Amino acid sequence: MNTLAKWLIVAFLVTVPLWLGNQYQYHVLIMMGIFTIGAMSLNLLLGYTGQLSLGHVAFFGIGAYTSSLVSLGFDLQLTDSYTFVVEPKPVWFAFFCALIVSGLCGWFVGKLSFRVRGAYFVIVTISFAEVVRLVALNWVDLTEGPMALNNIPPLASGVPWMEAGALSRRVANYYMVLAVGLVAFLIIQRLVQSRVGRAMIALRENESLAKSVGVDVTRYLVLAAITSAAIAGAAGALYAHYVRIVDPDVFLFIYTVTMVIMVISGGKGTLAGPLVGGLIFGILPELTRGHMLPEVQWIVYGALMILIVFFLPQGIVPAVQRGWATWQKRRDQSARDTSASNGRRQEVAR
Amino acid sequence: MDQLLQHLLNALILGSTYALLGIGLTFIFGIMRVVNFAHGELYTFGAYMVYLFSVLLGVNFLLSIVIAIVLGIMLGALLEWVLLSRLRGADIDTTMLVMIGAWIIMQNAEQLIWSGVAKSIPMPFPEEPLSVGGVSVAWSRVFVFAVAILLIVGSQTLIQRTRLGKAMRATFQDRDTASLMGININMIYLATFALGSGLAAAAGALLGPIFIVMPTMGNLAVVKAFAIVILGGLGNMKGAALGGFVLALVEELGAGYISSGYRDAMGFLLIILVLMVKPTGLFARTERIG
Repeated sequence: MNTLAKWLIVAFLVTVPLWLGNQYQYHVLIMMGIFTIGAMSLNLLLGYTGQLSLGHVAFFGIGAYTSSLVSLGFDLQLTDSYTFVVEPKPVWFAFFCALIVSGLCGWFVGKLSFRVRGAYFVIVTISFAEVVRLVALNWVDLTEGPMALNNIPPLASGVPWMEAGALSRRVANYYMVLAVGLVAFLIIQRLVQSRVGRAMIALRENESLAKSVGVDVTRYLVLAAITSAAIAGAAGALYAHYVRIVDPDVFLFIYTVTMVIMVISGGKGTLAGPLVGGLIFGILPELTRGHMLPEVQWIVYGALMILIVFFLPQGIVPAVQRGWATWQKRRDQSARDTSASNGRRQEVAR
Repeated sequence: MDQLLQHLLNALILGSTYALLGIGLTFIFGIMRVVNFAHGELYTFGAYMVYLFSVLLGVNFLLSIVIAIVLGIMLGALLEWVLLSRLRGADIDTTMLVMIGAWIIMQNAEQLIWSGVAKSIPMPFPEEPLSVGGVSVAWSRVFVFAVAILLIVGSQTLIQRTRLGKAMRATFQDRDTASLMGININMIYLATFALGSGLAAAAGALLGPIFIVMPTMGNLAVVKAFAIVILGGLGNMKGAALGGFVLALVEELGAGYISSGYRDAMGFLLIILVLMVKPTGLFARTERIG
């Protein structure tokens, strides 16, 4: 994708509020943005290091819980005499706490699970997500368990002109999600196009070969896990302050599956892949909502996932790129053919 | 002391069905290199088939269990034929994604057909529990234990003693050589997946009546099956049988002495612990990876 196209897309996204008036459309866009950020972070692991993490929703949920708890304030009775109290903090501060805490969890999980590969890795990551979900469900003193954390302050609280109506709050949320998404995209882009990214791709393609030329495999994997977890945590924090209620259901496996589908369908290991996948699987459920039951919708999801693996194993973006390349080659070829035949004709004339 | 004995007994009974689940999954992984995420749905399928036949159609309870297992085998064969036979030689992530797709489809189909309301299946056994020296156990659980052990021994015999089992073991050891010796690999894969699915359906058919039957019951079952298989070492059948009992024991003792809220977390903690300490599994001596 060239620079001009990128700027056009950004300009388009920034001006969306000018021609969008409907609250529902905003809601769709915001949720789509949040999950696309999640998919982007998953792509860093799945696409660039080649590790299929099926526990990614854990970081999303940890981000959501951290940000809500810090902004609401909480107390933690550590011993009988000492209680750790956190007063409610501003939302931006809570947001950064979420980044740090989920990044730390990414470090921990990375250290732990990158000892194993393949099916084992997948299962460790699932287990981690399930343990975190059960902790959120059972540690009622902190997380309120199934009663959920309520009245989480909205993202834009404290900004006077944004507290007026529901619509302007959505506009504010939209820009927040857009800003976080852009930053996340730039970070991932910088990372994968740097030496670090090349090391990641090298170990995806052939781990023992990468190791033999001196790539510190665990270090790069853990680095990818930390970045990926922090970005997923940011998405979770955005979600928490937008929806304003967080319960243990944010850890449901189905959200991980949604992110995986977005990455796989768009094209893992490409920068644009998760964006395309996020666009399709963010809009699709909304388009089909009125026409089918949620179960049918999920069945369609599952079927699409299988079809994509069968027919577009690399994803949409690489397929389009390949199609574009062959088309261009053919065009150049035919142009050359015509000029060549013209030349011959001239010779004959002479 | 009595309490501990009771926990051990419960663990033994629960462990027998866990072992069924684990053996089916490890069997499929060992021979086919497929991480079968739809395993839990076969488990759910087994439970719903018992519900369908014994409660809705009034078929004899024991017969419904047999029917459920047979239908589970058929569904497994169908899945293999439709999805996996087209993916021979694909890498492990690809088949995993396809099986996740199958899982989503099956679970939501179940939700659509049976609705989210939990169903219970009455069992034709005396209410009075069997009491032996301070511990007591319901007759239904004795029955489950007996059938599960029968199935474990049966599948073990199938693998160790029959021609089909021999061909399966040969395929497990070396696919290409087995194929050169005239073994029809596609048939072996079909039989493997069908048998593994049948065992999962059997576990569901046995546990469904003891607990309750609902469309999401497979979610925990599939991760527990993974835990069992990891404990035993992927592809190791005896390890999976033992792993089933270990998981049940850890859950039972964890729920009894630590906290019942974290009962289901025990399995996952166990997975994480095992993979940290001994990633090849507890009971594996030699294992073929990749």
